[in-house]
Amino acid sequence: MILLSFDWMLAVEKLILIAVIILASLGIALYTTFAERKVAAILQDRRGPNRAGPFGLLQPLADGLKLFFKEDLIPNNSNKFLFILGPALAMTAALMTCAVVPFGDKAEVFGRTVTLQIADVNIGILYVFAVVSLGVYGIMIGGWASNNKFSLIAALRGASQAISYELAMGLSLIAVLMITGTLQLGEIVKQQMSGQWNIVYQPLGFLIFFICALAECNRTPFDLPEAENELNFGYHQEYSSMKMGFYLFAEYVNMIISSAVMATLFFGGYDLPFLDESTLPVNIAAIIGVATLLTKIVIFLFVFMWIRWTIPRFRYDQLMNLGWKKMIPLALANMLLTGAVILWLGK
Amino acid sequence: MQALTNRAKPVERRPMTWLESIYLWNIIKGMAITFSHIFKKKPTINYPEQKRPFSPVFRGLHVLNRDEEGRERCTACGLCAVACPAEAITMEAAERLPGEENLYREEKYAAKYEINMLRCIFCGLCEEACPKDAIYLSETFAPSNYTRKGFIYGKDDLLIPDPKQAPADFAKAKGLAEA
Amino acid sequence: MGITQILFWVLSAVALISAIMVLLSKNPVHSVLWLIMVFFAISGHYILLNAQFLAIVNLIVYAGAIMVLFLFVIMLMNLNTTTEPQKNLWLKLTGAVAGGCFMMMFVSLVRQAGDMQAKTAQVTDGNIGLIKNLGKALFSDYVVPFEISSVLFLSAMVGAVVIGKKA
Repeated sequence: MILLSFDWMLAVEKLILIAVIILASLGIALYTTFAERKVAAILQDRRGPNRAGPFGLLQPLADGLKLFFKEDLIPNNSNKFLFILGPALAMTAALMTCAVVPFGDKAEVFGRTVTLQIADVNIGILYVFAVVSLGVYGIMIGGWASNNKFSLIAALRGASQAISYELAMGLSLIAVLMITGTLQLGEIVKQQMSGQWNIVYQPLGFLIFFICALAECNRTPFDLPEAENELNFGYHQEYSSMKMGFYLFAEYVNMIISSAVMATLFFGGYDLPFLDESTLPVNIAAIIGVATLLTKIVIFLFVFMWIRWTIPRFRYDQLMNLGWKKMIPLALANMLLTGAVILWLGK
Repeated sequence: MQALTNRAKPVERRPMTWLESIYLWNIIKGMAITFSHIFKKKPTINYPEQKRPFSPVFRGLHVLNRDEEGRERCTACGLCAVACPAEAITMEAAERLPGEENLYREEKYAAKYEINMLRCIFCGLCEEACPKDAIYLSETFAPSNYTRKGFIYGKDDLLIPDPKQAPADFAKAKGLAEA
Repeated sequence: MGITQILFWVLSAVALISAIMVLLSKNPVHSVLWLIMVFFAISGHYILLNAQFLAIVNLIVYAGAIMVLFLFVIMLMNLNTTTEPQKNLWLKLTGAVAGGCFMMMFVSLVRQAGDMQAKTAQVTDGNIGLIKNLGKALFSDYVVPFEISSVLFLSAMVGAVVIGKKA
């Protein structure tokens, strides 16, 4: 019985890559929580956490330990299974997206050429889009299973917000796809390496995508599902200990992944401008590529935080107005314009 | 109605134009403001390592003073307790026994002297009322505590160190008290 | 038995069990979640047939959007086991008989259909489900049905707006 007649080394290689990428995203997410507090402090003329370790660098570990040792409460009247499923789903959906992001071109390890992307599937962008649309289940199930009015309202808000902004996000993506002509993220990056970054052709599309990404990550000014002042704490109000940590963490992982996707789609992915990577040795080019992508992600994360500590939260009607009456028409216009220009230039 | 000053601005109630309604320009303006704050000086200090100087008229925790020979000045006359508007001070007087002249300056002394720091409003009236210059308000404030009991300061908390036995501590306390 | 076959059986089992659980769950929220499992299993089947586009669109549209709306409505209505209306035995029996008849008809139709005879599924080597081929097929061979369905969606949207304006 030939059960599994495929390249075992490939499986091992991919498993290692998956482990590395998941651990890296978790590590970056850990430090993003620290960076969030530091950036908030700097923007507000404060100092921020600086007690744990040098410059407060051990603060995220302290925060994590604190969450870990808290008592894990499950409300009595909650739906126990769904209550546990909620944060797990949120975390899984957040981590699943990184499967198609190309973190670099390729590297040579022990004589094998390793592609620095878990899966360059045919429908890369749509995969991202599908996983993002599944991410809302974490919020909805968690909020509903808590058996708490505030959590339920937050869950409903989260769901309606995610659905509303997915539309504009998809429409802005279509304009990008018209230019690239492919859905493979690896191919999109390669095109941008040889030509211009997509932001040059799609500034409006990027803006719409960015705003929708903010809404999908539940970041300020779209953090209505966790509006502290009106909903106490939002959908994770009943959660404690590491389940709570999972929700908070999933938000940061989402931020990192959406930054990576934006960098890949609009800012050339792992492409360092004004440098021809093909002349360099493969491994050095790979290191430069990964570093470049990480830099771009960090810049995006900073912008996310910068926005959070500047803009107040939208009211619910403003959110819906912006989503349905402003973003979607803009995205449609952008799509039509892009199509018209492509037709006109006879590409 | 006539305006009191000419600085009042009427609230604009016109509906937003389309460009305003996507909030973009205002958001960019706001973000420029927050960005400029990156380069501003931080008014915060690293507190326990760095401390801001107190004002010379600051009224903090109480200190029961001793005279130059290390004898307690307080004679438990109760004037401070009477002067206290918050009724934070209680005391019990006792008579000095022979052989205790090196401990207490007068013939009567406070066997028990308690200030409830949760009641105290740090007005300094006790300091003004004291005829023997026995109570002073220093330039420290009450540290936090887990229980209410911990905020009732007894004589051992309030008394300044003995200048004979612990001159260094005494100088330190005195320096804080008179700085 | 290759890995594709194992996957096929596993996915089929998951799909069938989840579909049965959709019906058996007392709690409507659980039903919705089982239905999402069904969609995942079916997407898995699509991937086995090398129809990646269909698989992912199935997830986006059904699991990602429609089921969220279902869940939304169920959460708002606060349905649970105690408020579930009790149907009488006769109604259940008629339902079972009618459903059984429908299934018989369906199975016999599928078995007799001329298109289906003597054909096997193109596992992993078919490429009609890839996005380029599917797009070409939709916009050349099937352009009229495609456009008609888009008109249908438009009319549904207009109808929704009209109802929304009335309320």
